[in-house]
Amino acid sequence: MVKKDKEKLIDKSIKRQHKLTANGVRVFYDNFEAIRGIDMNIKANKVTAFIGPSGCGKSTFLRLFNRMNDYIEGFRLEGEILIDGENIYKKKVNVEQLRKQVGMVFQKPNPFPKSIYENVAYGLKIQGIKDKKFLMEKVVDSLKQVTLWEEVKNDLNKSALALSGGQQQRLCIARTLAVEPSIILMDEPTSALDPLSTAKIEELIFELKNKYTIIIVTHNMQQAARISDRTAFFYMGDLIEYDSTKKIFTNPEKKQTENYITGRFG
Amino acid sequence: MNNIKKNRLKDKAFQVWGIFCTFLGLVLLAIFIGAILIDGLQRIDWDFITNLPSRNADRAGIYTALTGSVWILALTTIIALPLGIAAAIYLEEYANKGRLSSILEINISNLAGVPSIIYGLLGLEVFVRILEMGASVLAGSFTLALLILPIVIVSTREAIKAVPKSVRDGSYAMGASKWQTVSMQLLPASFGGILTGVILSLSRAVGETAPLIVIGALAYVPFAPSSPMDEFSVLPIQIFNWISRPQKGFEVNAAAAIIILLLITFIMNAIAVYFRNKWQKKLNN
Repeated sequence: MVKKDKEKLIDKSIKRQHKLTANGVRVFYDNFEAIRGIDMNIKANKVTAFIGPSGCGKSTFLRLFNRMNDYIEGFRLEGEILIDGENIYKKKVNVEQLRKQVGMVFQKPNPFPKSIYENVAYGLKIQGIKDKKFLMEKVVDSLKQVTLWEEVKNDLNKSALALSGGQQQRLCIARTLAVEPSIILMDEPTSALDPLSTAKIEELIFELKNKYTIIIVTHNMQQAARISDRTAFFYMGDLIEYDSTKKIFTNPEKKQTENYITGRFG
Repeated sequence: MNNIKKNRLKDKAFQVWGIFCTFLGLVLLAIFIGAILIDGLQRIDWDFITNLPSRNADRAGIYTALTGSVWILALTTIIALPLGIAAAIYLEEYANKGRLSSILEINISNLAGVPSIIYGLLGLEVFVRILEMGASVLAGSFTLALLILPIVIVSTREAIKAVPKSVRDGSYAMGASKWQTVSMQLLPASFGGILTGVILSLSRAVGETAPLIVIGALAYVPFAPSSPMDEFSVLPIQIFNWISRPQKGFEVNAAAAIIILLLITFIMNAIAVYFRNKWQKKLNN
């Protein structure tokens, strides 16, 4: 009895070493199998890059971690996704609560059609926080974290839609940071941005990893090489290779991985 | 003649025909409005608006009919707005997109095409008789609310649908519930579009005659309604009544009342267009 408990405890502590875990994950859209059995562990406070050709399932896999696939018709999941050792697809899990812990930044900047202030304060307001002073502090703090504060400090009441694409994307990151998630998912966050804005976001990601666990989907090999600690290569719904970024980009185990990162296909 | 020339000729011919068709309606409308203005403009003054109905054409005014129309408009808005918007939100955001929802959808569209006199009969039976409201402002408002409900629902759904999916994604990803997303994102973002639809449907309601005649609205009401349970008349009925009188003076009165009615609908449409443009600018920005 005692022995069993101890084993359980050890088992749990092993699980807890990993921020995110996927166990035997398969995803179906009706009869189409988009993810074909993936096991994966992701460590805390690291940047993990998902790479692979379009349609390989990397975005689908990313969206499992904040359950954004739930809205897609015909979506079905097998296996389990654990965050801090807890299965987030269990029945009693509060999806809204989960998403406060797991923030997301989208491919196209998608600020709300509201003021800059309202955009950043939104996540806190929906939690029922009304204290104006606290909200303002949080907004300022979040905007400073994404280095947007200096650019917008006089325009907090202006529409967020008037900002440039790069500014909008940093605003979207700021609004995610405002609710203090522990994980941030980024789905090709720079693919719609110019090189300068991209550089800014990459710098930002580099700084954010001290406090957050970041997963980034990207089509840009150099970007993955520059900013990530570990890289996962997906192909046709399979996880082909997952290792340290250095290893993947200098000496990959699999021929397929090498072909993809050297641009021979995909 | 070679082919190119032939095609150019056809092109030209259609252009001329198209211009003719475009202007036909407009010109006829302009002639009509012109004639009305010539007949009625001289009759419009403050007395015409504030006078009670009278057997004497010179002293007859539209006060009772105008206040009736305002009452009807206000109550119809109060009844149709919450119902229509709630139904639209449900259909657009909550209902499962299955068989049932597509049946509902088709039938709401069909309802928008049901002749208004049918709504009048429904109102007569349900509101006037069964619910014993009598031929009151309230009964008329409920009837017109039913009449415009499908239009409100359809236009509200369009407005909500026009909010980009990325806004919903962003809201849900922040941990918002469905109701929070609806009330804090979708409704504010689609406000202009909803308002446009509502105003356009109300400007239809203000011109409706048949259903109100069926439920028993009167052509002659000695006093303006002062509560929802009072009897009432509305502008279109007043116009209809005056036109059917033999005396020349009432014809002038009718023309003048038509001008007032047109003015009301034009103003409402202008407001609707204004909000639609403003809203589109906001979304496309």
